[in-house]
Amino acid sequence: MGHLLQIDDVIIIEREQLQQLLVVLQEQGYTVVGPTVRDQAIVYDTVTTLTDLPVGYTDEQDGGIYRLKRRTDGALFGYAVGPQSWKHYLFPPRIRLWQARREQDGFQIEPERHEMQKFAFLGVRACELHAIAIQDRVFLRSHYVDPHYQSRRRNLFLIAVNCGHAGGTCFCVSMQTGPKVTGDFDLALTEILTPERHFFVVQIGSEEGASMLQDIPYKPASDEELQQAEAVVARTAQQMGRQMETNEIKETLYRNLEHPRWQEVASRCLTCGNCTMVCPTCFCSAVEDVTDLTGMTAERWRRWDSCFTMDFSHLTGGSVRASASSRYRQWMTHKLASWIDQFGTSGCVGCGRCITWCPVGIDITEEMRAIRADDATNAPQNH
Amino acid sequence: MQAHDIILAQHPFFAGVKPQTWSLITPCASFLHVDAGKYLFHEGEEALYFYILSEGKVLLEAFDAQLGAVPIETIAAGDVLGWSWLFPPYRWHFSAKSLAPVQAVTLDASCLREACERDHDFGYVLVRQVAQVLMQRLQATRLQLLDIYRTPERGKR
Amino acid sequence: MTMTSIAPELAQDPMLPRRYRIQRVQREISDTFTWILQPVEGNTVSPFACGQFNMLYVFGVGEIPISLSGDPGKPELLVHTIRAAGAVSRAMQTLKAGTVIGVRGPFGVPWPVEAAQGKDVVIVAGGIGLAPLRSVMYTLLAQRARYGRVVLLYGARTPQDILYHKELERWRARFDLDVAITVDRASGAWFGNVGVVTRLIPHASFDPSNAIAMLCGPEIMMRFTAIELEKRGMAAEHIFLSMERNMHCAIGFCGHCQYSPYFVCRDGPVFSYDRIRALLVKREI
Repeated sequence: MGHLLQIDDVIIIEREQLQQLLVVLQEQGYTVVGPTVRDQAIVYDTVTTLTDLPVGYTDEQDGGIYRLKRRTDGALFGYAVGPQSWKHYLFPPRIRLWQARREQDGFQIEPERHEMQKFAFLGVRACELHAIAIQDRVFLRSHYVDPHYQSRRRNLFLIAVNCGHAGGTCFCVSMQTGPKVTGDFDLALTEILTPERHFFVVQIGSEEGASMLQDIPYKPASDEELQQAEAVVARTAQQMGRQMETNEIKETLYRNLEHPRWQEVASRCLTCGNCTMVCPTCFCSAVEDVTDLTGMTAERWRRWDSCFTMDFSHLTGGSVRASASSRYRQWMTHKLASWIDQFGTSGCVGCGRCITWCPVGIDITEEMRAIRADDATNAPQNH
Repeated sequence: MQAHDIILAQHPFFAGVKPQTWSLITPCASFLHVDAGKYLFHEGEEALYFYILSEGKVLLEAFDAQLGAVPIETIAAGDVLGWSWLFPPYRWHFSAKSLAPVQAVTLDASCLREACERDHDFGYVLVRQVAQVLMQRLQATRLQLLDIYRTPERGKR
Repeated sequence: MTMTSIAPELAQDPMLPRRYRIQRVQREISDTFTWILQPVEGNTVSPFACGQFNMLYVFGVGEIPISLSGDPGKPELLVHTIRAAGAVSRAMQTLKAGTVIGVRGPFGVPWPVEAAQGKDVVIVAGGIGLAPLRSVMYTLLAQRARYGRVVLLYGARTPQDILYHKELERWRARFDLDVAITVDRASGAWFGNVGVVTRLIPHASFDPSNAIAMLCGPEIMMRFTAIELEKRGMAAEHIFLSMERNMHCAIGFCGHCQYSPYFVCRDGPVFSYDRIRALLVKREI
């Protein structure tokens, strides 16, 4: 204590002291949101004390399978990601855009007055940090700026966490989004839990992060403690449940739009849209204009939508993408290929949620492998 | 070179045709002028000529007792008219009426067919050119059949 | 701990419609009509370019994209030709002059009208596709000397479905325009062209090595037209198509209008043929 904390400083905070960080954030007007256990899954909700976190929980994930299990220790972050992502807060499932009132001569529109709530996200994984950056590019750095995303994003305090446990469907290593936290964050924590000690190696990522910790007991990290943190991340990187080859992935998908695999996956895909709901980068929405029974007031709402729905590509006379195969193809080629042309990066962060939460266990890494194995360039040119 | 040779040589249908070929075509050629509103031929008549249109516009027409005269397609200058002369029974399937005064070179059908029999190389070239016209007309007809400008009914596919 | 205020960004929220009043409703063919819109007092005028579209909102019903079909030189009035085909457009058909509606826009990449200066211009329209191209005609005619030959080829379903009939007759009467109209089918009383619009291309008078083509109509019509224009010797980079996809936001966020990597609302609706040639022949893309 005493020395003024700066960006890139790495310090140690004991587990008991971490609670103080939550107190300081709340005093500063932040609503702290973090992982909690609800309905036998890890979901993001308001967190006031550390005991609200899934202490001592871990998860087992595979295609179409998600189970919470008890750990033998009291780790605060000993699990991977659950069905929700931070887009629930930055890009909420349903918001009203404006209201309108019928008048003598026409109507009057009232823009929405949004509460400018300040959020602190506790426990943002490396893949999730990349996902937020990807949605930043969509909503803030494209042709238009989405004011609703902007107002929620502006006052965000981000506490990232380096994963100590890889999920069964994770492939952040393949997508180069983790497991080590990189990007824009205020603080990044690595949890170290041994029989003797329970502490956090904390990397300062911003001035706001530095000021939050200023009055919390800490000490500088020793070389050994730094190595322990590195070892945690290195071990997680070895535990990836899935793998995706990304070399020339865009070109490969673009030349295989007629691949028979699309028909094959369509025979399994229910077009339920789970993947789009759990995916942290999917951003499609529907705009709904509604009115009440009197017809005197009207509202415009925005809600999540999915390219898997039959109506998504509707034109008078029918949908452009009527078949399930075309809709699965749209989702996967958008996520892995056209996203790169649109926004400069892949749309996939390798979090594995789409694999875990698909009711029939369709695995995007397996689909990609199947297409590569039988790539159109290998086929004899006979058409 | 005679006047109709000049017309034929410049006509799109004969684009790329070798000069030697003219000696086979020229004997079959005559001029034709048709005033507007007059018929070039009627459905059922013998298909005596292959028409190479250089000016004017021709309407291909069918006739039905209930519907009356039904327009099929308009053929313009630069096009060719008729292929029923190529295959038995050598009879027209539709009628052709001039919409704007027509200037054409007509090629006698039996003369052309004999030339094809005598010289198979010539026959191949002629039939190939006709096949190309057939392909274009068929594609266009298919597009016509699709009725693409109708207002689609919701969900009807 | 929470503050209530309007975030400054929301004041320029691109999802907020501006109010316009229907000054006049003009009946066109069958289920097609044209709105002439003026801004409600206090609103500013929005200039637009040929080929762009607005999102038109009917109170409590919904919002749909409609191309602008008026003169961009006179943006004080917005002109939209609408075909009653879905729920919102059918509701629009019932609205009378004086009704206030909402407008967002203009959106989209326009026709390359400036780039066409000094060149021949070939306009090929099918059905209601003539509506967005009418703006181009107005622009070309306002500065006729800047363009080479101007050719308009228009295909309609039947003679009764010829849109902007009187205007077409006036254009056809001019000596500095080539206008050819054809119908897919007709009764015996029609003495004009019969056949698809692509059949007019081989006979059109223009220099393919120095021309810009602008196409609008059903996708299949534009596809076959582009092929015919290429056969005539036009380069794919000089042929432009106006694409259509489902739109909710028109600002590149809702994702509905995606056409492989393109958002039709902001990378289109006007695309050069070379850019989308490979996509046009892919089904369900």
